[in-house]
Amino acid sequence: MTDNIITSLADTSFYKIQRRIALKNCGVIDPENIDEYLAMDGYMALHKVLTEMTPDDVIQVMLDSGLRGRGGAGFPTGLKWKFAKGYDAPQKYVCCNADEGDPGAFMDRSVLEGDPHVVLEAMAIAGYAIGSSQGYIYVRAEYPVAVKRLNIALQQAREYGLFGKNIYGTGFDFDIDIRLGAGAFVCGEETALMTSIEGNRGEPRPRPPFPAEKGLFQSPSILNNVETWANIPQIILNGADWFSSVGTEKSKGTKVFALGGKIRHTGLVEIPMGTPLSTVIDEIGGGVPNGKKFKAAQTGGPSGGCIPASHINVQMDYEHLAEIGSIMGSGGLIVMDEDNCMVDIAKFFLTFTCDESCGKCTPCRIGTKRMLEILDRITSGKGTMEDIDKLEDLAYYIKDNALCGLGQTAPNPVLSTIRFFRDEYEAHINDRHCPAAVCKELFHYVVDPDKCIGCTQCLRNCPPFAITKTDYIAEGHKLPSVKIDNDKCIKCGACIEKCKFDAISKQ
Amino acid sequence: MDTITLKIDGIEVTVPKGSTVLEAAHAAAVKIPTLCFLKEINEIGACRMCLVEIKGSPKLAAACVFPAADGMEVFTSTPRILANRKKTLELILSNHRKECLSCVRSGNCELQKLCREYGIEDENYYAGANPEFRIDDSAAHMVRDNSKCILCRRCVAACTVSQGIGCIGANERGFDTNIGSVFDLPLAETSCIHCGQCITACPVGAIYEKDSVDDVFAAIHDPSKHVLVQVAPAVRAGLAEEFGKPVGTDAQGKMAAAMRRLGFDKVFDTLFSADLTIMEEATEFLDRVKNGGTLPLITSCSPGWIKFCETYYPDMIPNLSTCKSPQGMFGAVAKSYYAEKEGIDPKDIVMVSIMPCTAKKFEYQRPEMNVNGLRDNDYVLTTREFGRMIKLAGLDWDMLPEEDFDLPLGLGTGAAVIFGATGGVMEAALRTAVEVLTGEELPNVDFEDVRGLKDIRTATYEVAGLTVRVAVTSGLANARKLLDMVKAGELEVDFIEVMACPGGCVNGGGQPQVHASVRNFVDIRAERAKVLYALDQGNAIRKSHENPAIKEIYETYLGEPGSHLAHKLLHTEYTPRKINGNWD
Repeated sequence: MTDNIITSLADTSFYKIQRRIALKNCGVIDPENIDEYLAMDGYMALHKVLTEMTPDDVIQVMLDSGLRGRGGAGFPTGLKWKFAKGYDAPQKYVCCNADEGDPGAFMDRSVLEGDPHVVLEAMAIAGYAIGSSQGYIYVRAEYPVAVKRLNIALQQAREYGLFGKNIYGTGFDFDIDIRLGAGAFVCGEETALMTSIEGNRGEPRPRPPFPAEKGLFQSPSILNNVETWANIPQIILNGADWFSSVGTEKSKGTKVFALGGKIRHTGLVEIPMGTPLSTVIDEIGGGVPNGKKFKAAQTGGPSGGCIPASHINVQMDYEHLAEIGSIMGSGGLIVMDEDNCMVDIAKFFLTFTCDESCGKCTPCRIGTKRMLEILDRITSGKGTMEDIDKLEDLAYYIKDNALCGLGQTAPNPVLSTIRFFRDEYEAHINDRHCPAAVCKELFHYVVDPDKCIGCTQCLRNCPPFAITKTDYIAEGHKLPSVKIDNDKCIKCGACIEKCKFDAISKQ
Repeated sequence: MDTITLKIDGIEVTVPKGSTVLEAAHAAAVKIPTLCFLKEINEIGACRMCLVEIKGSPKLAAACVFPAADGMEVFTSTPRILANRKKTLELILSNHRKECLSCVRSGNCELQKLCREYGIEDENYYAGANPEFRIDDSAAHMVRDNSKCILCRRCVAACTVSQGIGCIGANERGFDTNIGSVFDLPLAETSCIHCGQCITACPVGAIYEKDSVDDVFAAIHDPSKHVLVQVAPAVRAGLAEEFGKPVGTDAQGKMAAAMRRLGFDKVFDTLFSADLTIMEEATEFLDRVKNGGTLPLITSCSPGWIKFCETYYPDMIPNLSTCKSPQGMFGAVAKSYYAEKEGIDPKDIVMVSIMPCTAKKFEYQRPEMNVNGLRDNDYVLTTREFGRMIKLAGLDWDMLPEEDFDLPLGLGTGAAVIFGATGGVMEAALRTAVEVLTGEELPNVDFEDVRGLKDIRTATYEVAGLTVRVAVTSGLANARKLLDMVKAGELEVDFIEVMACPGGCVNGGGQPQVHASVRNFVDIRAERAKVLYALDQGNAIRKSHENPAIKEIYETYLGEPGSHLAHKLLHTEYTPRKINGNWD
């Protein structure tokens, strides 16, 4: 509120810079009511392609729009469709990847929960374009609301004759089955996802053959991510030029990011491709809270990398992020401040991929484990300088040799933190010290005896009784200060929380 | 045939369209190392040993599955590739129990061989934590020790793709991934049919047969025991490989000499009881045809197939021949007919059976497999164990002479020796059945239609006014196809031969393990089968009913085929089983 005028939500700094295409209807319509979707021009794009366009026209629009896969790899969507159309087969499949699994990412979930029809409509459009009558949505079982709303949407669309046989009376048939993922991150990889739909253990398959030739059930198939689908009806309705006018030369349109971490305004932000990271952090996100300093932003989740403050003006698009060793990924964007240890961050993401490795190929199954063991050594003060070399060596080896995208990108968080924060690794090894005071074995708590008034709040709240009174009474104080026995301390941080006098710090 | 021309390490090579880079390299005399790849069985590109560089592609390609293309330029041993392979091996070693000296596969281990070739200097370079596994030795025939498993999945593919069973698979994920049984049951409680195809697929020492070598040596050296040995047809087509000879070497004569030198009291041959099987089975078949018995009749020589049928097709148990397998018949005859003839107390006879098969270790322990309260057989050794015994006894394979078997139970025909190849039992049965039906001598005893390696082979013969429709298959995935066709009425046949192992006993689970680097380019089934067909050709007697020893046993002891005594000694019964215990 300024000058007694309430600012419209759209005019707040959080929304003003955003450009909502994929999220157009999210939060605007009732996702469980098809009429509201129809009122927003829903299913008009499908009507347009079925009545006015040939499959080749549709593919040409997709190619011209420059839309690239929003799941992370950025493959041109139109090209994917073109390949799949080129193969003759009695049955082809259109698949939707809704197995969103990056820690902290919830773009796809929001679309599925907020605008499920847009995905269905887009998949039907693709079905028409490539010559498929059957779609599959592979959605993680941890998204029960999304599953429920997808089912409602499917049901309503069928009742309205917008799905099923002879859609819009054009003779085109299309329907969708929903498959629930059992919580394996690797099932977001296209061939693993298809293997899982087929009822097998979700493991990637070697390519070629690519899914466009032999995908689901060995038939030509396309797989697009939820956010990619969410762009398509509007591209059809507004034209390729409209879409390609947004974004950069090679990265067209917008991208949704799940902004989180050490940032004032968290949430989903959809920005034109090429928007500088600094704009997202400072203007949309409102900067880093608590007067802390921005240290890095992590994009692309466990497959991505960390962008240091020196690159804060990087343009957020496929090419520029890749240039500095990160990736767009599916859109996780985690902001970190000076309290984040970059070695610990690398360990966090590698623990995730190591856990989520399917175990099929040697580099990923054993390599990520060995990398993690080295990181464990470094963060517990047992690392050597050779460990950094070994880590880099293994990282490049895994990138080169792993079977699928999960393994090939698993070392990215490690490589990018070594690249930009090598000094932190070296501090862990040479000084046995964690500069951000995160790695428990590499810092300790210290009491400033001159600030301590001897209230013993900390002492009484210390679980292992590591805090005791001293004989020292600082000038102006009445009670003796306390001290911490580091052999007993478990680094739980309870003392710092209890101290009202800023007398305890991590060193 | 369409061909493509490409360059492998600068060498131009022309190969059929559809070839993989691995095959093109082979044609260019370039060896690309593999661990997980088994042609047509396990094409999953998992181990990453075979990665190669392809000009113009930043990504490496798995040669085993990557399609070769016209004009492609492949580099198989650049510094980048060699360094990568070395690391792959070092990582595998970091998660492998490296007790090579005491490993059953030492000297014949694909991992060990590659480590030598790639000059691994520090086997502990990536040493780290390793999961602990319990050893599964629950099954009758084998032991699984996952501390040596390299997760190539070849065993899983053999079980699933070749055999259509899938009682083993990957459990857990990531670093904790391990190969285990369904529901993590002990293997003995699953529907494992003991075929041992997983063992012959394993590149390392993670799966191996239960070893009875010591027990057999002890029996041989027990003066109170009369120790007999029988050896199956297919063993002679594989055993020489244990001594470094090429696949397809005939070992029959040396094998007999080796058994004699090991100290067996009599060196007999399962060929004898194979001929006996034909007498009984051909009689059973003609009886069923003439008297309206259950048809099609299905052979019962393969114990893996029998357990498979009992488990997955229990409704077809009435179709199974009631004949014991040749192994079972041999033991029963040895402990009755032979014991009486020689005046030996059957209790003092120790019957040792050398088989290309691990399921025989299960079969001989089946309660039905006995004669007058005694086990038909007392020990079953695989071809591999037999090879180890010969080495243990210090016999010099190259110096061994060629010898014959002992009479009378060492006498067998050409019809019996081809039992070891898929289609052989059918062919042997046809040779006898046709002559019995027509009463005339066959002008040509070669029934070529039932030979070969086609998944399912069928033939129809008009014999003395009778139409006999036969079908032959091997590998249980193929058996499934065949049985489903029969059950659906899509295929009408009177007589079916099924062998559990693809290609029949020559490729049995007890045969020597052949490295994938050979197996992927040489069809070991065909090469070993050639040995048997040559022995058949070279045998003066090629029809079971013309075996003098067979004639004698019927004349002096059994009476006629299918007699009461024959039934008591030579026939058996079957038990329906549940799939994976109680989980069906």
